Amino acid sequence: MKELIRKVVECYGPSGNEHVVRELIKAEIAPFVDEMHVDNLGNLIALKRGGEKKIMFAAHMDEIGVMVTHVDKHGFLRFYPVGGLNPLTLLGNRVLFENGTVGVIGSEKLEAQKDLTLNKLFVDIGAATKEDAEAKVKIGDVGAMSREFVDLGTRLVSKAMDARIACAILIEALKTVAKPAYDVYAVFTTQEEVGLRGARVAAYGITPDLGIALDVTRTGDTPSSITMDVSLGKGPAVKIRDSSVLCTPAVRRFMEQVAKDKGIPYQLEVLEAGGTDAGAIQLTKGGIPAGVMSIACRYVHTASEMVDFSDVEHGVKFVAAIMETAYTG
Amino acid sequence: MLLKELSQAFGPSGCEGEVREVLTQALGAAVGVWQKDALGNLIAVKESTRGPKVMLAAHMDECGLMVSSIDKSGLLRFRKVGGLDDRVLVSKHVVIGSKRVAGVIGAKAIHLQKPEERNQVITLSNLYIDIGAKSKEEAERLVKLGDYAVFATEFGYLSESVVKGKSFDDRAGCAVLAEVLREEYAFTLYGAFTVQEEIGLRGAGVAAYALEPDMAVVLEGTTCNDLPGSEEHGYCTSLGSGPAITIMDASVVCDKRMIGELERLAREHNIPMQYKRSITGGSDAGRINQTKSGVPVVVISVPCRYIHSPVSMLSLKDFEHTVKLVKLFLRSIEGGFVL
Repeated sequence: MKELIRKVVECYGPSGNEHVVRELIKAEIAPFVDEMHVDNLGNLIALKRGGEKKIMFAAHMDEIGVMVTHVDKHGFLRFYPVGGLNPLTLLGNRVLFENGTVGVIGSEKLEAQKDLTLNKLFVDIGAATKEDAEAKVKIGDVGAMSREFVDLGTRLVSKAMDARIACAILIEALKTVAKPAYDVYAVFTTQEEVGLRGARVAAYGITPDLGIALDVTRTGDTPSSITMDVSLGKGPAVKIRDSSVLCTPAVRRFMEQVAKDKGIPYQLEVLEAGGTDAGAIQLTKGGIPAGVMSIACRYVHTASEMVDFSDVEHGVKFVAAIMETAYTG
Repeated sequence: MLLKELSQAFGPSGCEGEVREVLTQALGAAVGVWQKDALGNLIAVKESTRGPKVMLAAHMDECGLMVSSIDKSGLLRFRKVGGLDDRVLVSKHVVIGSKRVAGVIGAKAIHLQKPEERNQVITLSNLYIDIGAKSKEEAERLVKLGDYAVFATEFGYLSESVVKGKSFDDRAGCAVLAEVLREEYAFTLYGAFTVQEEIGLRGAGVAAYALEPDMAVVLEGTTCNDLPGSEEHGYCTSLGSGPAITIMDASVVCDKRMIGELERLAREHNIPMQYKRSITGGSDAGRINQTKSGVPVVVISVPCRYIHSPVSMLSLKDFEHTVKLVKLFLRSIEGGFVL
């Protein structure tokens, strides 16, 4: 599975530019689903038949990035953030554009470190002039973080674990489950990082009886970190709330019961800030019961996001078990 | 000139009736069927049995003020409708209600200010509209609570090709849409003049929900800040550099295929165009894009300096190029451009 994870996380795909990762996922899941289509927002919607009720899983394909807004006469690029970026973690990092162009993020001279804001930063793609730069990159192009996958043994590090690790889990679960208890709509969503947009329209089209988002969540297990009772290696997390959603209590209880029945370790998650596709799914039409399975992830929204491989493996078992267990509400 | 009439029409969010009137009068026989929905969106329907359903949208509403209380002294306290900057309010002429009662936003004269007051922004709570009434009773004969006010700005030419007026955001977009609607197309075209954009993109969402278009083009008058005090990399759009295409803003990622087609048309027909180089702020496109199972959208804007203030400015060349580009895009749909 690590090879699948490597392929999926290293793939290019900032919000609104998910086509490359979508093609990769299409090829991976084709033999294991009954139907597939791409909707108007670029969501990849795969159907695996199995029952009368409809369950929707959402794992977002998009990752954070930088959109070029200006090319100056010396060939430096200015950018706007795509998704939530922190200038502190951008400085010195590299970005990769779809055509393979690599750029380094540099900063203007600062009087003090606290003056570091996104508009002081620029991307240097090694061009000497505006013309040089524009031969490679133009306004509106989006660069993603450029960082390769590293297997640290128990733990895995890469850019875009948020939420490609969830994509990988959903792919793997589709491969594992032979006979689901529902018509399973596996949706690889777009534009989550800029406002849960893909999931919203996908849920409208599908109108599932139950929606489960798969994503990463923050942890409280690093030195002097935020206070949060989620750690790497303690199993997938069953979300209780974040800024976008109060998970439907019956769905949370159902998920906990499934984990207990299958002997899958899990932890409960209360996330103070941040949102997930479940927030959009739950408020679709007349309301849809929704829950979230999260994978604990350190250093979210940086070029080096870290997850625990045992959490990932348990996550696959968990998602597969949910697919096989009828939800009675 | 329709842009002049639209600019001078009274139409803050929730009170767009006069703009609707100007549009239906001006377009007359060019539009066979008009629909008005429950929120007040005005929709020009040009139906065809062939081709995709295309929605064009421009919002009729403008930023304004609303009377929130009337003092014993006859002065009017007010609230803002839409994103106006407190700093642009002081000492402006306004008109209140459809009878256009004239008023002035008053402020303490410099002689009476304490030294420290001279360096402070006068906030909304210290501002009032003076309509020359001597008492609450006298004021109430002219205005009532809930009446809207807008800036009293005359449309005018600054040069042959540059005009000034209020609310080019988005009366410029309305004027572009009106020009486009004067022609016939071989597919179903909905020209949606929307309401309440400035207070939360409210009209466009319900219009798109009812129309279920296959694609949508949003026409805007957008920020332009090619001005002193902003670095070149901070410019959003430049006046005179042609229609601005949005790639992404806070509310939407525009459809790449539609952007690509607009780029191609601009290149082939020698129309200058630029990209909107700022992604802050939203537009009706966000709401349309997120309607039902999703609608591919693109935003084409006429660059306007000083929007959300008493007076904005645009280049008529940009305006004409925008009309031309939108028409070419629609002809391209006729010619088989599909998503």
